[in-house]
Amino acid sequence: MLFLDHIYLIPLFPAVGAALMFFFGRRLQKSTVSAVCVGTIVLAFLMACGAVWQYTNWSATPEHLHQPYQTILYTWLGTDTGHLNYQKSDGSSASLQADAGFLLDPLSSIWLLFVTGVGMLIHIYSTGYMAHEGGYYRFFGYLNLFMFSMLTLILANNYVLMFVGWEGVGLCSYLLIGFYFHRKSATDAGNKAFIVNRIGDAGFILGMFFIAWLCGSLRFMDVTGFAREHAASLMGNPYVTAATLLLFVGACGKSAQIPLYVWLPDAMEGPTPVSALIHAATMVTAGVYMVARSNALFVLAPKSMLVVAIVGALTAVFAASIGLVQNDIKRVLAYSTVSQLGYMFLALGVGAFSAAVFHVFTHAFFKALLFLGAGSVIHAMSGEQNMRNMGDLHKRIPVTHWTMFIATLAIAGIFPFAGFFSKDAILWETWSREGGAYRILWCVGYATALMTAFYMFRLMYLTFHGHPRMSHEIEHHIHESPKSMTLPLVVLAICAVGAGWLGWPHSLGGSDHFTKFLEPVFAGEAQALTAEGKAGQLAAAEKEEEHNTGTEWLLMGLSLAAAFTGWAMAWRSYRHADKGYTEPIAAAAPLVYDTLLNKYYVDEGYDYVFTGRRKIGNVRLGVLGLGEASSWFDSHVIDGAVNGAGRITRLTATFSSWWDRWIIDGIGVNGPAILARMLSYPARLFEWGLVQWYALVMTAGLVGFVFYYVYH
Amino acid sequence: MDALLHITTLHYLVLGAALFLLGVIGVLTRRNVVIVLMSIELILNAVNLNLVAFSRYWQGMPARLGGGPGALHGQVFAIFVITDAAAEAAVGLGILIAFFRNKETVNVDEVNLLKW
Repeated sequence: MLFLDHIYLIPLFPAVGAALMFFFGRRLQKSTVSAVCVGTIVLAFLMACGAVWQYTNWSATPEHLHQPYQTILYTWLGTDTGHLNYQKSDGSSASLQADAGFLLDPLSSIWLLFVTGVGMLIHIYSTGYMAHEGGYYRFFGYLNLFMFSMLTLILANNYVLMFVGWEGVGLCSYLLIGFYFHRKSATDAGNKAFIVNRIGDAGFILGMFFIAWLCGSLRFMDVTGFAREHAASLMGNPYVTAATLLLFVGACGKSAQIPLYVWLPDAMEGPTPVSALIHAATMVTAGVYMVARSNALFVLAPKSMLVVAIVGALTAVFAASIGLVQNDIKRVLAYSTVSQLGYMFLALGVGAFSAAVFHVFTHAFFKALLFLGAGSVIHAMSGEQNMRNMGDLHKRIPVTHWTMFIATLAIAGIFPFAGFFSKDAILWETWSREGGAYRILWCVGYATALMTAFYMFRLMYLTFHGHPRMSHEIEHHIHESPKSMTLPLVVLAICAVGAGWLGWPHSLGGSDHFTKFLEPVFAGEAQALTAEGKAGQLAAAEKEEEHNTGTEWLLMGLSLAAAFTGWAMAWRSYRHADKGYTEPIAAAAPLVYDTLLNKYYVDEGYDYVFTGRRKIGNVRLGVLGLGEASSWFDSHVIDGAVNGAGRITRLTATFSSWWDRWIIDGIGVNGPAILARMLSYPARLFEWGLVQWYALVMTAGLVGFVFYYVYH
Repeated sequence: MDALLHITTLHYLVLGAALFLLGVIGVLTRRNVVIVLMSIELILNAVNLNLVAFSRYWQGMPARLGGGPGALHGQVFAIFVITDAAAEAAVGLGILIAFFRNKETVNVDEVNLLKW
């Protein structure tokens, strides 16, 4: 139980490597850096093998049958003191808790093995590839930090710790994409990756809130148990649907699905080992891992599963169509990655969780191999990445050629290489699940398979065959890569051949060890269906599957036909490619070619809508333009109305004050006063102060009286 | 001897009125306070003349109408008026003295402390 008890060492070794690089890396020699950083990953890989081996033994014992192994180091967030209590959806109180805990079950075992294995090979490869680059210690420090984050993500026992790893891999992706930070394109690509990822992370966090609110806990075992226990009452619950959709948004960001895939092709600005490790084999599969880990919740939300399947299928065909015409060797592989990830989500969406995990597993090997091989080609071509300037390399770099050829056979899905079994499993599940409800998606997947074969063999022919189209100086320098680079290629090639055999399907006589290994993780699906009262349907479906081996063989044959057709089309168009060769699509439909070459103008579309950099005259476009328009509306119309009301009030006040001053005060108050004053003038005469005047007035009055009495 | 006019009551009244008028004009017009006081005396004396003239007239009237030798109302009234005039002159002169002490002048137009 040594390895299982100390499973925390697996992420700890690379963390120590990263820390050493952070503090001392600048002063160390390149050989020391290589020894330390590669050594940590080798140790992690060996520990991972040991842990998985011990886990399989541990979970085979009767008292731990099919249970995941969980070990908690300490409680990181929250305690039992009740300070972080919140109310659950059913009204009871729950405490927010997140531990630094590790969970090992078949699902994380698989991820653990291929992440550490492929990671180890890529670290070894990088010692050769980055040998002449500056910032050697920084590169390996970041790579180790990435491995630490990824392993934390995989081994976490709760959503919060997984999110820590999630963010960590996003950070390392940003650091590594922008590794050549002197190039603006690289730093822009790093920013783009991080920002688009963050959009997904917002969905992830909201999904976590929903889950915490529904289930009262964020531990995987608790959530899975809760979901399976209340499966009957929670089926189709809108909150579960919301939670799963939000989690899927997070997965879209991390695993580059529509509409958040735009960062992945730009991520090819980073060094090729980074593209191999992060953007092919490991980080981008984190979304698939998260959805697979939450399968108990997804099973309860058929609407979300449908969304996942549709988005996956659309992404697959969309990215494959763009990959048909790209000229940069790494871009083709990037779009291929997006497309294959679409396959994985398609499988998750139709409910074929083990098929999705199987494809992740095989894809890790052949995609890493393809990227490392591309790195080897670029290394041989002294930095040239454009396939228009390559050609006829197969004799000059044979190891690279043959390993990439094996990987291409694998990805195209040709029997008996790895990709055949996994891709075929996905296609078969898409065809047969729910009694054929997803057959449209099968057609989409089939078209994608055809396109995959075409563009991959196009890549092979343009790079390795045809006539040499490179400049003479580069042609002189073409050499096979050093052993540190070719050895991982060979190892990965062996895996690309044999990895698929682990999931040899029943219909071809195998026992499908892979699915059986994963059964304890996904078995709950059968429980959910049982809870729904579909036990009869489940049994009938199983029987139907046994009787449909014929259909399965037919579909296998069709897949092989698609693969060979794509190969043949590429062979026809590109095998004699000379300088200035024409693209068949450009010749047939130039408009289509331009659209595909410009990636359907999605990036330009996002630029117009979201970045707010575009203006028409003075008017800003996109959502930031809406913001500006709202701000203008607020400051001119609404505030104008407010100001207008203020002005009216002031006007009224002015009028009122005028009225008060001139009318009320003037006429009302002053009027009588003025009247009094006017009247006072004659009245004053009564009190003139002049004595003789008084006498005169008296006399006048007297005379008046006299006259009155005499003449009246 | 008929060229001589018979002095009737009317002549006395006219004289009285003339004197009265002179007195009034004097009161109204003269500047010197003493002259004003003298004019007031003139008025009073004109009134006296009037009174006596009418009293003599009534003496010539038959007794049953209110006349006869005993109708001396006017003369008696005249005595009162004279007494009153004398008192008034005394008081007036007293006011004049007080006024002169204050303002050092005997012009009526300078009695204007209450003038606005």
